[in-house]
Amino acid sequence: MSAPTQAPAPPVAVQPSRSRPTPEISWSRGDKIGVAMAWGAGILLCLIAGSIVAYMLFRGIQYLDLSLLFSHPQVGLDQSKTGGFLDPIEGTVLLTVLGTLIAAPVGVGIAVWLSEYGRPSWLARTVESGVEIVAGTPSIVLAIFGLLVFQQSFFGFLSFTAEGNAVFGRSFFTAGAIMSLIALPLVVGATREALQAIPAHVREASYALGKDRISTIRRVLLPASQRGIGTGVTLGMGRIVGDTAIVVVLLGASLQIEPENGTPVWGLLKGTGSTLTTYVYNNSPVGEGNAPEKAYAAAFVLLVIVIFLNFVVDLIARRKEPSWTR
Amino acid sequence: MDPLSPLDGGTDPMREPMTVAAQLPPPVRRIVVETPPTAVSPPPPGSNGHSPHAMVAPSLRRMPRAQTTPIERMRTEALSIAYGEKLAVNQVSLSIRQGEVLALIGPSGCGKTTLLRSLNRLVDLTPGAIRGGRILLDGEDVDSFDVTLLRRRVGMLFQQPNPFPMSIFDNVAYGLRERGSKKPSRRQLETPVIEALHRAGLFEEVKDNLDHPALALSGGQQQRLCIARSLAIQPEVLLLDEPCSALDPISTQVIEETIVSLRTEIAIVIVTHNLQQAQRVADHVAFMYLGDLIEYGEAERVFGSPVAERTREYVSGGFG
Repeated sequence: MSAPTQAPAPPVAVQPSRSRPTPEISWSRGDKIGVAMAWGAGILLCLIAGSIVAYMLFRGIQYLDLSLLFSHPQVGLDQSKTGGFLDPIEGTVLLTVLGTLIAAPVGVGIAVWLSEYGRPSWLARTVESGVEIVAGTPSIVLAIFGLLVFQQSFFGFLSFTAEGNAVFGRSFFTAGAIMSLIALPLVVGATREALQAIPAHVREASYALGKDRISTIRRVLLPASQRGIGTGVTLGMGRIVGDTAIVVVLLGASLQIEPENGTPVWGLLKGTGSTLTTYVYNNSPVGEGNAPEKAYAAAFVLLVIVIFLNFVVDLIARRKEPSWTR
Repeated sequence: MDPLSPLDGGTDPMREPMTVAAQLPPPVRRIVVETPPTAVSPPPPGSNGHSPHAMVAPSLRRMPRAQTTPIERMRTEALSIAYGEKLAVNQVSLSIRQGEVLALIGPSGCGKTTLLRSLNRLVDLTPGAIRGGRILLDGEDVDSFDVTLLRRRVGMLFQQPNPFPMSIFDNVAYGLRERGSKKPSRRQLETPVIEALHRAGLFEEVKDNLDHPALALSGGQQQRLCIARSLAIQPEVLLLDEPCSALDPISTQVIEETIVSLRTEIAIVIVTHNLQQAQRVADHVAFMYLGDLIEYGEAERVFGSPVAERTREYVSGGFG
């Protein structure tokens, strides 16, 4: 049974088609310049993006060797003996997972609170500005702040502790915690948007069935916001993958992953490491490794990861889902 | 919009082709090559273009219904509701009975939807809404109930179909789940879910795809699913807020039939802008205007010989 959702439309009297204005549109010079600039800007952006990808593809494939992906980096003067970047890849994955595991639940929680409760309103406004401030803070500032916090002896259990109880403050834990902050605003924003797109009558339908707010959120609103949450989380992962400053300051950017001795997983997370971004930085001509070929190869891998994440975002956002009429 | 204008009364001319269309597969446009186009005689001069046949209103006939002895389930006593400064419902006293359909009619903004939403305390969710007077369910003040319990007893259907983003089965089972501490199994839920779908007249259409997403159904099916969802928790009163305004005539007819058949076991209140619909389904009609209850009485009486001047103007299409 097909259901046109509109009442039968009243027959509209067919108006005699008026002669259209001549196709020659006379544009003012200002408009012409504006249009030309807009075109130019768009094309320029495409060129820049295209050349980045093309250049990295060219350089990356030139220097990328599968063995680089599977060998540990080593210290050495001879470039043929400095190994690959297995540890940075592992570090990237580990840090991204860790950051996302923190950012996703917290971000969704904040978004739900803002959208479904949001009272008292002054608190909601404060939380909103808080999220905006975190979103606008450069990651290096967040990193320095994180170091300050995590070097307190209270947080000693999260990183190496030297003799005399000096806390190192750098570990996967601490870096992951701060990384979650840069992903958080994206999760909050996308989730909130998705929640606000759900018409009010859907919530009311759940209340009208005798459900309280919590079960409405859990069973109706969150499932309906899946797409938004997925988009936000994936965008956040992209931010984490691409960040350098936090890794340099809070992960130690050590060449190899250096777990603390003792418990296997906990020790790993308490230890230091590096990611692809810091590996690229260190091996680029400005870094101490001075192995630009490896930097290019690693940068290529990084780019592939980021493009893949963007692709996933696209995939999630474009997934067609039936929706309600408002 | 003027509910009595010939254009909106389009439900009448729609009726006849509708029964034909019901037997045909759903194509919207059917190009018939072998039969000559039907000749339509021009409308007589001075007419409004509608054939006199269409104006004989089959829709104005009330739907056939079983005899019932109405029992009062809910009543409002001097109910007033205000949004901030604005008084939306003013001192309305009404009786809602099981065994009959009560239609609330009136122009937009007359407070009928507010009145309806106050019956299951949904109006409490609107910030700034204040309620005065009393609402009783089986003699007990609705404020004395736990609100979730009240809403289980007083179900509601909305203007827009709003199934939840889950399967058809889960939609109907939604209200049944998480009631107690024990989670009912799917097999335990199956019987009430299927029964509710039957009562809403949807089961035959969806029995093979209970696990399909509910939002993929058509608008009319979605609305009947929403009815089934409400019926599953066995409400005693059902509130309908313009349930057919977003639907096509066929779905509207199916839902109206469902409403009339349900009235024996459930007290039904329907808010509608469509006067023909009120005439078809209602046993009693309450006409509201600017928050006041102007006239209340049996449907035939209110439509046939209204007492108040306002009511007469409204039901005759004088304003809307």
